[in-house]
Amino acid sequence: MLATIIQNLINALQWGSFYALIALGYTLVYGVLTLINFAHGDIFMVGAYIAFFVATFCLATIGLPGWAALIVTIPLTMILTSMVGVAIERIAYRPLRRKGAHRLYVVITALMCGLILEHGNLALLGASRKAFPSLINEQVFTVGGVTFTNLKIAVIASAILVFVLLQWIVTKTRVGMAMRAIAYDKFAVPLMGIPMDNIIVATFILGSSMAGLAGILFAMSYPILEPYMGALIGWKAFIAAVVGGIGDIRGAFLGGFLLGAVEILVVAFFPSTLRDLIAFTVLLVILAFRPTGLFGIAKTTKI
Amino acid sequence: MFKRYSIHTLLVSMGGLLIYVAYEEMISLYILSVLMFMGVNIILSTSLNLVNGYMGEFSCGHAGFMCVGAYVSSVLGVWLFAKDKVFGPPLINPDYALYLFPLIILIGGFAAALAGLLVAIPSYKTRGDYLAIITIAANYIIISAIENLDSIGGSRGFMGMKRVITAMEDIAYLPWMPIWVFAFTIFCIWLIRRYVSSTFGKGVNAICQDEVAAEIMSVNTNKIKTITFMVSSGLAGIGGGLFAYILGYVNPGSFNILKSTEVMVMVYLGGMASLSGSVLSAIFFTILLEVLRPLQIIKWIVIPLMLIIVMQFRPEGLMGSRELSDIFPWMKRFYRFK
Repeated sequence: MLATIIQNLINALQWGSFYALIALGYTLVYGVLTLINFAHGDIFMVGAYIAFFVATFCLATIGLPGWAALIVTIPLTMILTSMVGVAIERIAYRPLRRKGAHRLYVVITALMCGLILEHGNLALLGASRKAFPSLINEQVFTVGGVTFTNLKIAVIASAILVFVLLQWIVTKTRVGMAMRAIAYDKFAVPLMGIPMDNIIVATFILGSSMAGLAGILFAMSYPILEPYMGALIGWKAFIAAVVGGIGDIRGAFLGGFLLGAVEILVVAFFPSTLRDLIAFTVLLVILAFRPTGLFGIAKTTKI
Repeated sequence: MFKRYSIHTLLVSMGGLLIYVAYEEMISLYILSVLMFMGVNIILSTSLNLVNGYMGEFSCGHAGFMCVGAYVSSVLGVWLFAKDKVFGPPLINPDYALYLFPLIILIGGFAAALAGLLVAIPSYKTRGDYLAIITIAANYIIISAIENLDSIGGSRGFMGMKRVITAMEDIAYLPWMPIWVFAFTIFCIWLIRRYVSSTFGKGVNAICQDEVAAEIMSVNTNKIKTITFMVSSGLAGIGGGLFAYILGYVNPGSFNILKSTEVMVMVYLGGMASLSGSVLSAIFFTILLEVLRPLQIIKWIVIPLMLIIVMQFRPEGLMGSRELSDIFPWMKRFYRFK
C-alpha cells in the first residue's frame, strides 16, 4: 500500500515537473508584462525538436557518446530555444507594445505565433513522428516495491533546481529586482533608468530556456515527437500556472505539481479517459474557492 | 417610409434570393455550404463579441458551448424524428419535423445557456485572466464529458442528422437548412443589437468600463454577468446546432480549443464591441479560409501571419469599436445603432 502511494507520488512528481517547468515560463512573462504568452506551449515543442536535431547531429554526425551528446544538447537547446522566444518577442509583441495596443490583441498575436510554429513545423518536417534517440542508459531501480528510473529522478531534480535558480534570480539579483519593478509599475521604471526592453528580453530568455529544458526532458522520457505535442501540454501548464497564482514563481511550481498529481491519481483510480474531465473539474473548484489561485494576492480595486 | 423599412426590405430580398438560388440549384452545393458556414460563423463571432467585446471579459472557451448546443439539438432531433440504431424508431411522426426543427435548435441553445452557468457563476468572484482559465477549463470539461458518454458515440462522434433534414424535405421540398441558418443568423444579430442598445446593455457596457464603479452605481453586476454569459453561450449553442445539422455529423474533437481560437480571431479581427465588425470579419474570415484551402497545411501559416500583420498596422482590429454607420455616415439615414 505504502509502496503504491510512493510509486504514484514519484510518477506525479515526474509528470508535474514538465508542467512546472512550462508554467514557470508562463508565469515569468505574465508577471512582468501581464501578457498571456500563448505561444509558450509551442516554444516547448520547438525546444523538443531542437533537442532532437542537436542530439541526432551529435550522435550521428560527430559520433559523440551519449553522455557527451547530452552535455552538449542541454545548453545548446536552451540557447536556441530562448532565441526563438526572443525572436517572437521582437517581431510580434514589441511593436504592439510600443503602439499601446489593447492587451488582448497581444494575446491574440501570441496565439497566432503558436499556430505558425505548429504548422510551420508540420509543413517543414511533415506529419511523421520523430523518435528521439536515447542519450543515456535508463537504469531501473527497485527499492521496497517502488520502481523508478534514473531519468525520472533527473527530471524531478532538474525541475527543483530550476525553481530554486529562478527564485534566486527573481528575488536576489538586480535583473530580478528590475523584473519585479516592471511588474509593479510600468511607467515609473524607465524613469529610474532601467532599460525596460532589455529586462523584458531577459524574461523571455529565462522563460523560453526553461521551456527548452522541459522539451529535452520530455523528449527523453517520452521519445516520440509530433508538432501538436506542445499545444495541449501548454494550455494545461497555463492552467496550472493560474491555479498556483499567475505571476508568482512558487505558485507556478506548486500548480504544475498539483496538476501532475491530480492527473496521475485520476489515472490510477479511474478509467484514463476521465483524466481531463476530473483534473479540470478539480482546478475549477480550486479557482472557485480561491479566485486568485493558491499564491495569488487579491488586489483591491480602486476607482 | 422607404427609409424606415429599407433594412427589412433588404433582408427579405436577400433571404428570398438565397432560397430561390438554392432551390433552383443555381449555385453549387459547395458554395451553398460555405454560405451556411458563414452564417454559423457570424452567430459565433457576434455572440462571443457580446462577452469579450461589450462586457470586456476574456472568454476563450466558446466552442465548448457550441458543442453542447450541437449535441443536444442533434441527439434530440435524431431521437424524435429519425430511425436510428441507438434510439430505435422515431418517437414522433417525422411529419412534424418541419415545425419542431427550430424548437430543437432553440432547446440546444437553451442547454448551452445552462452550460454557460459553468462560467457565469465563478465570474462573480473571479476576474480577468483567471476567468479566461475558467472558460478554457469549461471547454475541456464539456468536450471530455461528451467523449466519455459512450451512448451518444463518445469520441467517435454522432450522426444521423441528415435523416431529419430529409424528413423535412419530404414534407415540402425547399432548401430548409439555408433558410434556417439565414433566419437564425438574422435573429442572432437582431437579438444582440437590441440587447446591447437596451438599458440592460448599458449595464453591460458599464461593467466593461469599470466593474467596481458600476456596482457602486447600483448596477446589479452579478445578474448582468449571468444573463450576458447565458445569452452569449446560448447563441453559441444555436450556432453549434446549425453547424451539426449542416455537416450531418458531430464529434467532440471538432469543438476543441482551436475552434475557440478561430472564433476569438474573428472577434478581435473585427474589433471589440463592434457588431458590424464581427459580422464583416466572420464573412471575411470564412471566405479567406475557403480561398486558401488549396494551400492545405500552408494555410495555417499564411492566415496567422496575415493576422499578425493586420494587428501590427491596425492594433484595434478592422473596425475598432465603431459600427459601419460610424464609418459611412450616409448609412445612418437607413438604420441607426443605439
